[in-house]
Amino acid sequence: MNAIRQKKTIALSRRRLYSVIAVVAFIALAFIADRFFDAFTLRVFNLCAIYIVLALSLNLLNGFTGLFSLGHAGFMAVGAYVSALLTMSAQLKEMNYFLVPIVPWLHHVSIPFLPALIVAGLASALVGFLIGAPVLRLRDDYLAIATLGFGEIIRVLITNAQAITNGAQGLKGLPRFSTTFAVWAVAGLVILFMVLLMRSSYGRAMKAVRDDELAAEAMGINVFRVKVTSFTVSSFLAGVGGALLGHMITTIDPKMFTFTLTFNILLIVVLGGIGSISGSVISAVVVTVLMEALRFLDEPMNLVVFKTQGMPGLRMVVFSILLMVMIIYRQRGLMGNAEFSWDTLQGLFVKKGRKGGDHV
Amino acid sequence: MSERNSDLMLSTVHLTMRFGGLTAVSDFNLEIHKNEIVGLIGPNGAGKTTAFNVITGMYRPSEGKVFFMGRDITGLKPHSITALGVARTFQNIRLFREMTVLENVLVACHMSIDTGLFGATLHLPGYRAREAEARRFSMELLEQVGLAHLAYEKGTSLPYGQQRRLEIVRALATRPKILLLDEPAAGMNPQESFELMDFIRRIRDEFDLTIFLIEHHMQVVMGVCERMYVLDYGVTIAHGDPASIQKNPKVIEAYLGVD
Repeated sequence: MNAIRQKKTIALSRRRLYSVIAVVAFIALAFIADRFFDAFTLRVFNLCAIYIVLALSLNLLNGFTGLFSLGHAGFMAVGAYVSALLTMSAQLKEMNYFLVPIVPWLHHVSIPFLPALIVAGLASALVGFLIGAPVLRLRDDYLAIATLGFGEIIRVLITNAQAITNGAQGLKGLPRFSTTFAVWAVAGLVILFMVLLMRSSYGRAMKAVRDDELAAEAMGINVFRVKVTSFTVSSFLAGVGGALLGHMITTIDPKMFTFTLTFNILLIVVLGGIGSISGSVISAVVVTVLMEALRFLDEPMNLVVFKTQGMPGLRMVVFSILLMVMIIYRQRGLMGNAEFSWDTLQGLFVKKGRKGGDHV
Repeated sequence: MSERNSDLMLSTVHLTMRFGGLTAVSDFNLEIHKNEIVGLIGPNGAGKTTAFNVITGMYRPSEGKVFFMGRDITGLKPHSITALGVARTFQNIRLFREMTVLENVLVACHMSIDTGLFGATLHLPGYRAREAEARRFSMELLEQVGLAHLAYEKGTSLPYGQQRRLEIVRALATRPKILLLDEPAAGMNPQESFELMDFIRRIRDEFDLTIFLIEHHMQVVMGVCERMYVLDYGVTIAHGDPASIQKNPKVIEAYLGVD
């Protein structure tokens, strides 16, 4: 009995050790990336972090609470605009608002990035709460349609609130705050938050709502409150992700936050596995890298046999095919709803090793 | 009469539920006292489950009131009714698909663990203590019904009979005062059904419960119920002890039909 327990403790401490090594290795990688990667590669590397945040935010809703929401781009827009308006200097704002001057109460606001990021998240969460309270009485497809509508409404409001958001001109020259460390620190925090949340009683309640709303309600879970909470938290994370994106690209305009953006994040979530944190993380990295790596498909190609003219958007066909293959052969995504653990990884290698041995 | 009323657990007064032109339950008057096992029987479509759904707050009744321990619970949300001490199971088993046996039971403890989103996420000491207590309590429950060795299996992978049992344990984890069982013996052979009835009697004694159960096989519940109500097309056609119900011509008519 004691021996078993000891063995377990050793296994546990070994897993901890692996995790610590992995985190340290990753921080080292981030350092190297920041110092030695060229600007383009570094940008893709950092974009991965932002997409991790966004994918986890959507997975919290779609995967863990079972709420099919399509309004994510709207919440990202709120976050991006709030953070931009809070951090831009008065001078910069004057340069941007040449058609209609900015409202006076925003003119001289200029606060540091971290509080701006938090306020951006909170503003987005507030919008999420206000939309969620009525919309979450709907279910399934109806919820998807309603959230899609609200996402578009947010975008239209931003386009038309000229004196606040500078309308369709968008905002240019946002401070470049999304450094390698900033984005990966946020991504790390969000991953940690999600893991802890899903291991807690509240996470269990969310999964219960996803699995069977009626039974969850009968078990004393306030289903509506759990849904609104999940929606609000997800909006918060989407707002933070949107703000990071804004400060990376340094230019935002309403057209950036159309349904296509929501779709890209949904693609990551579905490919990675609905209801898997590690799935979303892996898939966010893979999809972000592929999005850039496959750019050559959009350009004219010389395939010896025939030549293609540049076909912008051809790379998206790859994702469509990938998605179809996934839907046919692996409906639940890369990870299903399983999570990465050192044991499964070890199991993978051990099994492979044994197979190899059999052949010999 | 007054001392009888003092231990009244659950009662309904003129309870009526209409869906458009259909009256699923009409003028249902129920009285269940502490530690009783009361049956609700009737042919398929008699409105038994609807009566359950109205009592547990899934539907708001068209007319009438529901009282639990002297308190009017008509129109309360299901989760508030559960919090007061009314737990239920479902006719078609509704376990949480992706969860283990233990997690299924833990979900039912959420009420007692809930320290808010941030307390739970940050695993603050208050939350940790409650979570540990809930785990201990859940394992204890599973041990009592002989499911402890399956705690880490997926709930939906268990054999049918054990899934039914798990659903009952899950309901018990909400620490109810009264347990409503919707056709707990559905899909079981006679032998399994009788074992289940023994089990129900046992949990009544061990957990100091009051039990209200639906069944449409009359024979199964004859042995376990002290009193029963018979519904047919939403109307209460008989009410009394099993012996008198068995002889009641109206009940025989409802079950067998009369030429």
